[in-house]
Amino acid sequence: MNFGFTEEQEMIRSQAAEFFRQEYPIALARELLNDEHGFNDVLWKKMAALGWCSLVFPEEYRGAGLTFVELTVLLEQMGRALVPGSFFSTVVLGGLIIQETATTEQKSNWLEAVAEGKLKATLAHIEPGGSSHFASVSSVIAERDAKGYVINGTKLFVPDAHVSDLIICTARTSSSSNSEEGISLFAIDRTNDGLNLTALKTMDQTRRVYEVTFDRLHVPADRMLGEIGSAWPVLEKVFTRATIGICAEMVGGAQKMLEMCVDYAKQRVQFGRPIGSFQAIQHKCADMLLFIESARSAVYAAACAASEDSKDTALLASVAKAYTNDACRFVAGEAIQVHGGMGFTWEHDAHLYFKRAKADEFSFGDTSYHRARVAELIGL
Amino acid sequence: MDLNRTQEEERFCDEVRAWLAANLRDLNESQSYDQAENMDEWMAFLKRWQRKLYEAGWSGISWPREYGGRGASIIEELIFTEELARAKAPNLMNIGIGIELVGPAIIHHGTEAQKQRYLPKILSGEEIWSQGFSEPDAGSDLASLRTVAVEKDEQFFVTGQKVWTSWAEYSDYCILLARTDPSASKHKGISCFLVDMKSPGITIRPTVQITGEAEFSEVFFDNVCLPRESLLGGINEGWKVAMTILAHERGTSAIRYQIRFRRELDDLISLSKSTKREGRILSEDPLVKQKLAQCFIEVEVLKYNIYRSVSQIMRNGKPGSESSIVKLFWSEMDRRQKELGMEILGIYSQLVQHSKWTVDGGQWPRAFLWSRAGTIYAGSSEIQRNIIAERVLGLPKSTDAK
Repeated sequence: MNFGFTEEQEMIRSQAAEFFRQEYPIALARELLNDEHGFNDVLWKKMAALGWCSLVFPEEYRGAGLTFVELTVLLEQMGRALVPGSFFSTVVLGGLIIQETATTEQKSNWLEAVAEGKLKATLAHIEPGGSSHFASVSSVIAERDAKGYVINGTKLFVPDAHVSDLIICTARTSSSSNSEEGISLFAIDRTNDGLNLTALKTMDQTRRVYEVTFDRLHVPADRMLGEIGSAWPVLEKVFTRATIGICAEMVGGAQKMLEMCVDYAKQRVQFGRPIGSFQAIQHKCADMLLFIESARSAVYAAACAASEDSKDTALLASVAKAYTNDACRFVAGEAIQVHGGMGFTWEHDAHLYFKRAKADEFSFGDTSYHRARVAELIGL
Repeated sequence: MDLNRTQEEERFCDEVRAWLAANLRDLNESQSYDQAENMDEWMAFLKRWQRKLYEAGWSGISWPREYGGRGASIIEELIFTEELARAKAPNLMNIGIGIELVGPAIIHHGTEAQKQRYLPKILSGEEIWSQGFSEPDAGSDLASLRTVAVEKDEQFFVTGQKVWTSWAEYSDYCILLARTDPSASKHKGISCFLVDMKSPGITIRPTVQITGEAEFSEVFFDNVCLPRESLLGGINEGWKVAMTILAHERGTSAIRYQIRFRRELDDLISLSKSTKREGRILSEDPLVKQKLAQCFIEVEVLKYNIYRSVSQIMRNGKPGSESSIVKLFWSEMDRRQKELGMEILGIYSQLVQHSKWTVDGGQWPRAFLWSRAGTIYAGSSEIQRNIIAERVLGLPKSTDAK
C-alpha cells in the first residue's frame, strides 16, 4: 500500500505547476474575465503540445494510456492556476463520453482529435428546472425523422459551448416511469443550423457557461453515441469521474488560497507585528490546511478507485465531493477574511478563487446531494 | 499511488487474523473495559493478553529484532493495529505506555544495561510502565515542569508532583521528567529517569474524571531516592528523550480510533434503523440520513488521512505535518460523532450504564463525555493548530511577539 505519488505522477505535478506559473500567471486569468469566449487559444495549443489532452486515452487513439490518477494530478494544478474550462469540458466530459460510447469509427474521428488537442467538445445536459439528480432529462426531446433525429429543447449551464467544436447532448428518445431509462446521447456540431448559443452571465467569470437551444435541429443517425435510450449508465460513470476531477481543481484552488493567506499574514503588520503572529489568524490558517489536506486525501482515494474501476468509485466520489465542498467553502471564505479589506477588492485575486470555488461547489452535485448519495450507497 | 495491499502485506494480514481468531476466543474473559467489574480485573486481563501476544511473537513487532521485536515495517504495524481493532482486541497501549513510548526511548537513549534490564519485561507485560510528564503547572507547556531531581553522591533525590499519570497505581515503573539544572534555560535543564514505583516516598492519588472513573492519578514524589543508573540519556538531556517519546506517534495508532469510529457509526446506523420516534423510523428521516452520511464521510476521510500519513513516514522515515493533522482531525470529528449519537438517542442519551431503559449499555453518554478529552490530551487542538501554523505553514511565532 502506498498512498503517495509515483515518480511519474510527481513529475506531472511539478511540470504542470511550473508550466502554469510561467505560461498562465494570474494576470492572464484576469484578462479572460472580460473576454467574450473565456478561452485562451495560445494556452490551449501549448497544453495540447505537451500531450495533456491525450493523458487518459488509449494509445490506439493517440492517447498516452495513463490513468485517472495522473489526470487528477494535472487537474489539481489547473484549478490552482484558474485555467479556463475548455480542457475539462473536452477531456473529462467530451472525451470520456466518446471513449465509453463511440464506435471505432467515431473514436477514430473524434477521440484522436481530442487527444491531439484539435477538437474541443463539451456536454449539454442540465435542463431548466433540472437539479443535481443527473437523470432529469425531460424537456430536450429527440424524435426520429427520415434522415436521423430532430432535437428540440433547451439546455443550460453548458460549459465552453462557444468554443467547442462538438456539443454532446443528452436527449430523451423515449419516456419511461424510470427517468434513468430512455436517455440518449448525440454528438452535434456547434455549427449546426438548429443550434443557438447564448452566453450566461455568471459570478465566476473565469469560465463560461451557455444556454444552448435546439430548434428543430437535425442530426444523422450516426451522430448518436452508444445505444439508444441507454445513455444513463455511461453518464453516471462519466459524472462520477467529472465529480472527482472538479474536486481536484477545487483542492488546487484552495491550496493557492491558503498560500496567499500565509504570504499576506507574514507581511501585513498591524499593532507592531505581522498579523500571522496572532493566534486567531494562525488557527484559521491551520484549519484551512486541515481541510485542504483532508480533501486531498479523499480526492486521491477516489481517483485511485476510479483508475481501477473499483466498485467503490461512486461512493468515494461522493465522499470527496461532499467533503471538498465544505472544505472549499471554509477556505474561500477565510481567504477573503484573512486579507481584510483588501480581500474585498476587485483588484485583489482572492475573489477570483472565491467565486470559482462557489461555482465548483454546485458542479456535479452540491453537498446535500452527495450526502444523500452516500446515505443511499451505504444502505441507509 | 496504490491503496491496495501487496501480496506480502496480505499474507501478513492473514497471519494476524488467523492468530487473533484462534486466540482471542480462548481468553474467555471480559473483552472491554465496560464489561470488567473493576479496574483490577481489567488490568489482570490485559496482562494475560499481553503475555499471550508476547509468547506468540506479536508484542512490539516494530521493535528491532535484536531487542525482541520483528522489525515490522510501518505498513505491517498499521495492518496489525487495524486487525486488532477490527477484532475488538484490547490494544497493548492500555497496559501503560511501555511498548510504544518507553521501549523506543530506551532503545534510542539507553545504555546496554538498561536495554537488557527493561526491554524484555516491557514486551512480556511483566512490568507495566506509566508516564510522569505533566504537572499541575506544566501541561501544554511541558518544558516549564518543576519537579526537581537533586544530584548527591551518585544518587538523585526527586521532589515534585506529576498529574494525569495513566495507570499509575498499576505501574511498576515510571518514565519521569525532572529538572536537574534549574539555572539552565527551561528545555536544557531537564533529565529523564526510569523510576521504580516501589521506591519509598511515592504517593499515588487517583483523579476522578468526568466519566466517573479514575484512569489517571496524581503522583507525589517526596525526596525519592534514585540510583544513578536510573538516568536515561545524558544528564540535562531529558528533553531529547521527551522529544523521542512525543514524536513517536508513528501515525499507526490513530487507525485504532478510525476503526472504532467506524464501528460506532455502524452502531448508530443500526440504532437509527431500529428506533421509532413519533411513530417514524429514525433512519428514514432525510435529515438524519444527511447527518449519518456526514459522519461516514468524516470516518472515511480520516482513514485516508492516516494512510497518507503512514505512506509519508514510509518514504521519509519520520512523521511530517500529517500527524498533527490526523490528531486534530480525529479528535474533533469524535466530538461531532458523539454529539450526533446523543442527538439520535434523544432523551435516552441521558441514561447511563446500569440504568433501566438505557440504550446500548450506556455507551453513548460515556463516549460523549470521553470525546471531550481527545481534543485536550496528546497535544491539545490549540497546540496542534499552533504547530501547524508555525512549523508547517511557517507563520511567525505568536510567543515571540510582545
